[in-house]
Amino acid sequence: MIEVVSEILENYKDSGSLIKILQEIQNNLGYVPKEAVDEVSMKTGISPSQIYGILTFYSQFRLTPPGKYTLKVCLGTACHIMGGHEIFEHLKRKFGIMDNETTEDGLFTLTKVRCLGCCGMAPVIMVDDKIYGRIDISKTERLIDDFK
Amino acid sequence: MSDVKIMVCHGTSGLSAGASEVYKKFEEELDRQGLLDSCELIKTGDRGYFRDVLVDIIHPDTGRVTYQNIKPKIVPELVERHVKNGEIVKKYSAKKAYQDFFAGQKRIVLRRCGEIDPENIEFYLKDGGYKALERVLTQMRPEEVIEEIKKSGLRGRGGAGFPTGIKWELCRAQKAQPKYVICNADEGDPGAFMDRSVLEGDPHAVLEGMAIAGYAIGSNEGYIYCRAEYPLAIKRLKIAISQAKERGFIGEDILGTDFSFDIKLTEGAGAFVCGEETALIASIEGKRGMPRPRPPYPAQKGLWGKPTIINNVETLANVPTIILKGGEWYASIGTEKSKGTKVFALAGKVRNTGLVEVPLGTTIRELLYGPGGGPAKKMRKIKAIQIGGPSGGCIPENLFDTPIDFDSLVGAGAIMGSGGLIVLDDSTCMVDLARFFLSFTSDESCGKCFPCRLGLKKMLEILNKIVSGNGELKDVEYLENLAKSVMDTALCGLGKTAPNPVLTTLKYFRDEYEAHILEKRCPANQCVALLKFEIDEEKCTKCGSCFKACPENAIIWEKGEYAKIIKEKCIKCKACIEACDFMAIE
Ligand SMILES: Cc1cc2nc3c(=O)[nH]c(=O)nc-3n(C[C@H](O)[C@H](O)[C@H](O)COP(=O)(O)O)c2cc1C
Ligand code: SF4
Ligand code: SF4
Ligand code: SF4
Ligand code: FES
Ligand code: FES
Repeated sequence: MIEVVSEILENYKDSGSLIKILQEIQNNLGYVPKEAVDEVSMKTGISPSQIYGILTFYSQFRLTPPGKYTLKVCLGTACHIMGGHEIFEHLKRKFGIMDNETTEDGLFTLTKVRCLGCCGMAPVIMVDDKIYGRIDISKTERLIDDFK
Repeated sequence: MSDVKIMVCHGTSGLSAGASEVYKKFEEELDRQGLLDSCELIKTGDRGYFRDVLVDIIHPDTGRVTYQNIKPKIVPELVERHVKNGEIVKKYSAKKAYQDFFAGQKRIVLRRCGEIDPENIEFYLKDGGYKALERVLTQMRPEEVIEEIKKSGLRGRGGAGFPTGIKWELCRAQKAQPKYVICNADEGDPGAFMDRSVLEGDPHAVLEGMAIAGYAIGSNEGYIYCRAEYPLAIKRLKIAISQAKERGFIGEDILGTDFSFDIKLTEGAGAFVCGEETALIASIEGKRGMPRPRPPYPAQKGLWGKPTIINNVETLANVPTIILKGGEWYASIGTEKSKGTKVFALAGKVRNTGLVEVPLGTTIRELLYGPGGGPAKKMRKIKAIQIGGPSGGCIPENLFDTPIDFDSLVGAGAIMGSGGLIVLDDSTCMVDLARFFLSFTSDESCGKCFPCRLGLKKMLEILNKIVSGNGELKDVEYLENLAKSVMDTALCGLGKTAPNPVLTTLKYFRDEYEAHILEKRCPANQCVALLKFEIDEEKCTKCGSCFKACPENAIIWEKGEYAKIIKEKCIKCKACIEACDFMAIE
């Protein structure tokens, strides 16, 4: 893992690229582990608290490893009024987890997002990179069964 | 038969409905029939009609025919009958709703979206692409470019509506070097997708607009700041940038002149406030994206402290057309003070959802009942729209004859915003909608200034109290006072405008607030705490939709019988309420 981080650091040496470095790390590892933060801090001289400042400010970053599939439920305006919130609540209840947590079997990470840019198909969920539109609670259930 | 063109739309909605499979089937079928060489098969971007897979066949005998809801298994029939024999296959051709959706539009920014292959620069070039850049570099002085944009009356499409020509002029007048051009592709309004579709469907128009802007203000470097949630837009931008560089439209000594312009792509990291220009600049610089007070404006001191213009995607995409057709032409569209067209992302409880581009000055009613096609469900009544996202407000049905332009909407308490337009019907709770926006803005507040950080949280608490049935009348007054003080004292646009959704719902739908508070009732049957989960037999039509929707088998129903909810089994998920067309569940 440290090798991956070092390599990324090599590629982004110019100033102002801390966010890019962290995005690259997350793209490679799926999250930003503590060891990576230490490494970045050591190599760039930016203090760990500053790095965590960035990591917590931007909602894109994860500090814990994600599950096998990432399930994003859209809670943008259109999805909200078309019933997205109910789907999110249902999944939380079904999985017994909260926003941004992973199921015990490590299969699903559940997160909410604010608009996936396909409001015309609301309500929308995204599993990894694939978008499913005009869904409801029972369609979601079937979809999840397919991934199991 | 020769020269048949087949276009398969590959926008996000098309892809999720199976566009790639349809495309593959066409390839196979054409190959099998030995027709591959005489046909052109094209993957187009998003046309902005959110339904299913659209396929267009252009045949010398039939002209252009649009087919709707195409599945792979239909493809052989289309190839046999239409591609080969030049016969229109009526049963699959696009329905009236599709025709209505496009008939009421005037597409300038969107005119290539869904018509060209965005991953192949040839299509853009064939349609007059980069001709505007060529004209600017070879025939116009930078001042003349700015003059043309000023003449067009173009105002920023990112929300504030600042005149674009004046912004450029201010930046041109600055002595400091280097200067920067930033394209704001953060599209933060959680209910809007205009910019995404332009980036995915016609990315070169944005690049060309940026290069022209660079020439006008005297800058050689541009940045595109794009939301990370738009992977397809990012992919297409990367392709477009590299193709434009290869062809010499971006890079050193463009088109043999001494003007150079480079474009870099930066991905956002999921913070709404980064759409605000000063926060966006901080984010490109690698810092936490927090706004700072203006002045100095970015045009004076922007990225790395240097003069910078920031323009929205749609603003920039308009620029090449204005240069080619002239500022006067553009100014002939629209109203006195709002020129040109605007793209709206139409969504919510309306029949046709998708991207609608209309001349400014079109009334709300014309838009909703023309391209929009009226209410989503026959039984429901459209009661309002929400325009401008979390910074905007709602406009009730009795004001639907208001023209959509920068000034009229402000008069009604809303703003035009960046183009999010959500339609609400009698099953939408306005108090809950206000609460939704407040939970969004208080979540996204960067925390730098106290009125926004604490004020919004306090307002959200009150709204939560009301939707859970614990509201008191004095809360409403408190809410209004808080809203006003947050607006007056917050530092940036996020805080200054966040109270708008609350103030406009209070202005136009105070009765809904009062029903929650005084009668402990949610008129739209949406607020869980106030619902009984009982079926009103006077409204129930015995249709059984609720029975099919319930994930817990908590509903008993048989054909010809009223449905009944078994309370012990019900988990209050509201699936039945969504499914019931007759608002029979209370
Ligand atoms: C909280 C906040 C969020 C914003 N989000 C966006 C956005 O997502 N896209 C955008 O183009 N402008 C956004 N703006 C407006 C920008 O600050 C800026 O006015 C705009 O990019 C200027 O471009 P224009 O003149 O072409 O409209 C936002 C402003 C605020 C206060
Ligand atoms: S108004 Fe809100 S978002 Fe804007 S600077 Fe203040 S705290 Fe941050
Ligand atoms: S609220 Fe959910 S569980 Fe209860 S009856 Fe309706 S669909 Fe079934
Ligand atoms: S969906 Fe509504 S109308 Fe149909 S059976 Fe259920 S309660 Fe009655
Ligand atoms: S609100 Fe869900 S995709 Fe836009
Ligand atoms: S994907 Fe085909 S019109 Fe949007």
